[in-house]
Amino acid sequence: MSKEERHIFSVLVENRFGVLARVAGLFSGRGFNIDSLNVAETHDKSISHMTLVTHGDAQIIEQIYQHLNRLIDVIEVKDLTTAGTHVERELVLIKVATDDPQKRTEILQVAEVFRGRVIDMKPASLVLEITGDEGKLKAAIDIFNTYGILELSRTGKVAMMRGATK
Amino acid sequence: MELSGARILVEGLKREGVEYIFGVNGGAAMPIFDALYDETEVKLIPMRHEQGASHAADGYARATGKVGVALATSGPGATNLVTGIATAYMDSIPMVAITGQVFTHWIGSDAFQECDVIGVTRPICKHSYLIKSCDEIADVTAEAFHIARTGKPGPVIIDIAKDAQKNETLFKYPETVDIRSYKPQVHGDPTQIAKAAALIKEAKKPMLYAGGGVVLANASEELRELTLKTQIPITVTLMGLGAFPETHPLAMEMPGMHGSCCANYAFTDADLVIAIGARFDDRVTGDLDKFAPNAKKIHIDIDASCIGKNVPVDVPIVGDAKNILTELNKQVDTTDIDPWRNQIQEWKQKYPFEYEQKANKVMPQYVIEQIYEHYSDAIVIADVGQHQMWAAQYFKFTEPRQWLNSGGLGTMGFSLPAAIGAQLGCPDKTVVNINGDGSYIMTIQELVPAITMKLPLKIFIINNMYLGMVRQWQELFHDKRYSAVDYHDNPDFALLAQAFGATGLRVEHPEDVEPALLKAKGINDGPVVIDFIVAEEENVFPMVPAGEGLGDVIRGLS
Repeated sequence: MSKEERHIFSVLVENRFGVLARVAGLFSGRGFNIDSLNVAETHDKSISHMTLVTHGDAQIIEQIYQHLNRLIDVIEVKDLTTAGTHVERELVLIKVATDDPQKRTEILQVAEVFRGRVIDMKPASLVLEITGDEGKLKAAIDIFNTYGILELSRTGKVAMMRGATK
Repeated sequence: MELSGARILVEGLKREGVEYIFGVNGGAAMPIFDALYDETEVKLIPMRHEQGASHAADGYARATGKVGVALATSGPGATNLVTGIATAYMDSIPMVAITGQVFTHWIGSDAFQECDVIGVTRPICKHSYLIKSCDEIADVTAEAFHIARTGKPGPVIIDIAKDAQKNETLFKYPETVDIRSYKPQVHGDPTQIAKAAALIKEAKKPMLYAGGGVVLANASEELRELTLKTQIPITVTLMGLGAFPETHPLAMEMPGMHGSCCANYAFTDADLVIAIGARFDDRVTGDLDKFAPNAKKIHIDIDASCIGKNVPVDVPIVGDAKNILTELNKQVDTTDIDPWRNQIQEWKQKYPFEYEQKANKVMPQYVIEQIYEHYSDAIVIADVGQHQMWAAQYFKFTEPRQWLNSGGLGTMGFSLPAAIGAQLGCPDKTVVNINGDGSYIMTIQELVPAITMKLPLKIFIINNMYLGMVRQWQELFHDKRYSAVDYHDNPDFALLAQAFGATGLRVEHPEDVEPALLKAKGINDGPVVIDFIVAEEENVFPMVPAGEGLGDVIRGLS
């Protein structure tokens, strides 16, 4: 067994009923892992873009690539991890408890460090929006955990190739 | 002109060249059955169970190479099709399965006979469509047939809501189909083909390993040319039997669990394996660590996901076998491998398929030999189990599409309905159904349409009063604890055939085998069922126990 690696796939699919289930079913049916999955319509309404993060050894990654390609509704698959340099981002919403005003100031300062934005503020809580790569989000989440995270929701990774390639 | 959705579907089927549609009627599919009622171009074949309908469509497709079509209602009708759809999927058989669905406004409400067919069939079909509007039917029908028959073939499901079947719209059938997300790769990479030719030239112990993909690609001629030109010994898998004539001196016969010792030893010793339309199935390879350990591998397959799935490959070539072999044939020549060919011949002579005649018993292998003797040109459809293996071993297939069986899913009950489809597709051929006592009774109801249509099927039951293959494993690996395999409570199949309205014969003595087979030859106004009561505890050998290497084959007779 060769060693496990994390790979990011960029997948263009027909924006159609049932496509997500076909992709998800491919993973569950063959015992592949999905670490995160993001899907939404593109500028062309007939096409959706999926960013799929998975892991496995080289043989499994190859199988994932081939099986994604095999789905009829899949227009294009790119393994961003091997295809060249790419950019990736993820957005997280973090609701932090701010029952103590002193704590609130501190939280806002920490948020500043992560270039977070406050998008909701209530007497006992606030919601922060933070964007970044995996390392940055992890660091942010670790810190806010010490203040008490009430709720957390992340988009999953979105990614694309650098440069003029489509 | 405005037509109902059901009528549009039928017009589409005609344009796709559909001759037969196998179905069972029911509420949510009634408009389609109504549209087929006075249709002469597409003939509706009513079956007695939806599983029979999907297997019949499958058998038709396997025998003819055309797309088979099955039709059922929603809910239980659709779920009954499922086994046949999965069977076709595992063996890459082109099929379109049409199911009725409840009215659009009832979908999702747990309506009567509602079932999420698209959900149920997602992992067992090549593609599927839920149609909620009659406007989609023409385009979807054209796409479904295109997808089913191109690339790696497979079943496609069209689930049509009842209101979409009934509503009317303008009929306009697409002239061509172009799906931007579906472009099967049919031509092999020339660099890869050149690499393969170079490996073939260098090899000292090469072997060809051809599978069902050769049959599906209609590439038997090209395979024969490759084999004869290079004079490389060849093994053809259970799914490919007939792609190369088993009677030829270069044929090593079937490989794998119950394959020939020759083919299995050849894998173990070979320095080059050329796989064509075969997928290194576990029943062929045995223990992967011991599989062809000294061999480089060339793998030709239309499905890139099949390459490297089980066995690492040195030269992968993705594309249509017919195209690739045509190119490869231009670059290869005869090989200088006499010592290897002699070794193969020695194994072949030394370890043929063989059995011991037990006193006064009808030996199952003998029945197959006799069937081969008298029906060597027939299309043979086997079911699943010991009889299937004996048929594969002792019947020498010489033509593609002469041998049909459920190799991938191993579906018991497949063969009788599949034989109906094959006979309708090939009316001038004799169709022999070799069945087991366990599998026959699983779809025995399909004797009814066979009788109604006066199909001259030769149904030969190898009856050992057991679920024989399971019993064999219990004997070898479960201390003879025969759990749930004793079928001594079988009905008298000859009498039962008569009750259905077919000819039924029972054979209990070796000397009656041949006369019965000859008698069956003369009965052509309907099916003949011969119940061969055979030696009960006969085992299939050779056998590579599951998980062992091919070199560890148990030869059976010492």
